[in-house]
Amino acid sequence: MPEILHELVFDYTIRNVALGSAILGVAGGVLGCFAVLRRQSLMGDALAHATLPGVCVAFMLSGSRASVWLLLGAAVSAWIGALVILAIVRGTRIKQDAALGIVLSVFFGAGVVLLTAIARSGAAGQSGLDRFLFGQAASLIWPDVVTMGALAGAALLAVAVLFKEFKLLAFDPAFAASLGYPVRVLDVLLTSLIVVAVIVGIQAVGVVLVVALLIIPAASARQWTDRLSVMVLISALFGAASGVAGALISASGANLPTGPLIVLVATGIFLLSLVTGRRRGLLWSFLRDRRAAPEGLR
Amino acid sequence: MIHLKETEAPPGAFPLEVRGLTAAYREKPVLWDVSFTIPEGQLVGVVGPNGAGKTTLLKVVMGVMRPAAGRALVFGRPFEKARRWVGYVPQRGSVDWDFPTDALDVVMMGLYGRLGWLRRPGRREREIALQCLEKVGMSEFARRQISQLSGGQQQRVFLARALAQDARLYLMDEPFAGVDYRTERAIVALLRELKERGRTVVCVHHDLSTVTEYFDRVVLLNGRLIAEGPVQEVFTRENVEAAYGGSVAFAGGG
Ligand SMILES: Nc1ncnc2c1ncn2[C@@H]1O[C@H](COP(=O)(O)OP(=O)(O)O)[C@@H](O)[C@H]1O
Ligand SMILES: [Mg+2]
Repeated sequence: MPEILHELVFDYTIRNVALGSAILGVAGGVLGCFAVLRRQSLMGDALAHATLPGVCVAFMLSGSRASVWLLLGAAVSAWIGALVILAIVRGTRIKQDAALGIVLSVFFGAGVVLLTAIARSGAAGQSGLDRFLFGQAASLIWPDVVTMGALAGAALLAVAVLFKEFKLLAFDPAFAASLGYPVRVLDVLLTSLIVVAVIVGIQAVGVVLVVALLIIPAASARQWTDRLSVMVLISALFGAASGVAGALISASGANLPTGPLIVLVATGIFLLSLVTGRRRGLLWSFLRDRRAAPEGLR
Repeated sequence: MIHLKETEAPPGAFPLEVRGLTAAYREKPVLWDVSFTIPEGQLVGVVGPNGAGKTTLLKVVMGVMRPAAGRALVFGRPFEKARRWVGYVPQRGSVDWDFPTDALDVVMMGLYGRLGWLRRPGRREREIALQCLEKVGMSEFARRQISQLSGGQQQRVFLARALAQDARLYLMDEPFAGVDYRTERAIVALLRELKERGRTVVCVHHDLSTVTEYFDRVVLLNGRLIAEGPVQEVFTRENVEAAYGGSVAFAGGG
């Protein structure tokens, strides 16, 4: 273990992987709280899958594997996915869950087709693109980490500045509208920030699993507190811890993929929180109920 | 005791004036050609069966939903120019009470309109919110997570939030729905206090047996406006049956 810590500080690759994973853990943890509380978790999943065709098209247009271009393509594609979901829900009788399913499968299907086409064409450097499916944290280089950090930083800044507005939007949008807040604009903004969190995560964790980093740390944090601000902080902490732990386990020689390991660590934290969480953990509720129950009922 | 600057409403204009209002969800019309005027300082019940469009009426008045035709004026102007004089109590079931927040925090949301962007609620806002909780008998629950409150207590938190808005016109959506006796009395006392202070309250109400006791005026609605006016004149068996379609258990004046 000390050896791995030593490498964390001095090994270029491991440092990048751990730092990148921590950044995506924090971004997913913070934005995930709002996604979960607004019951938009599956929106995150649909938008994550919707990034794939954008990544491929960006690669075909630019011929570059630089993460900035690919992530830009991913963002545009996810945005189009979000607009299509909105258009379907507003313009037809199809409900949101079905709209999410349609966008998720159609965009992901298109992405896989493009991925295959690129692989067939044998374009130089194509070998890297399929890393977006399940993520490849080990391939993160320093410029990737800088891009992820900048994106996550901007998203976190927006959440910090608009915290009170986002809280109101998540809790009581009708009341927010009556106060004159531009609810539609805030809604689009928050959804866009969720897209940013997804974008930050797809290189390391992949489009299939990245939603886990939105949902699991937030759901874990909810077990420990009844305050949104505290929940956001705990969720960020859990996300970062999962990221770093996943990266280190992966680097410690087990030769297992980082993304799935991060998700597994997050799931471990979730199970622990579910049982022992101070506010709503099963163990504490059980003890409370026992204490509260009158003698005869024990 | 912290006193807020009283929000002054423009004199001479009706708190609420609805003219030929028609509203629809997609193709489904919900309100047809509804017109009425609410004078100042009155407690007004909006009464009608489920699906009569009562909530929709409030939504259109507040500009949350655009009418297909007609308009609503608040203190003689469009809602956007009058919202600082309006307080709103949404239907209790419209929010997720499992949200991670406490009673005091919810009440402070009533002050966000005055805080504006960027500024956060501080000590002053906390004190105002505490006073509002006290007015509805909820100060001891200020730090209670909202899911741990009873339905009646949750309703009183919503009322306290509206009080924090210090409005001239209050729009309330079924505040009496599913509350305990104690909360019901607390709400009635609060409505009377608001009336004494010259406030106007428009309150969606579902319990026909208490309409005459609680309200000065009534708006009877069922898609169309059935009748509107002082309770004694308008809340008759005939009108109520017209609104509810057929015979109802009626305990009104006529
Ligand atoms: N968001 C909506 N989309 C479509 N139809 C709606 C929506 N909200 C309400 N309705 C319909 O409009 C009618 C009036 O609803 P509402 O104003 O909530 O009635 P009330 O508050 O009087 O019970 C009902 O038939 C309801 O089904
Ligand atoms: Mg209603």
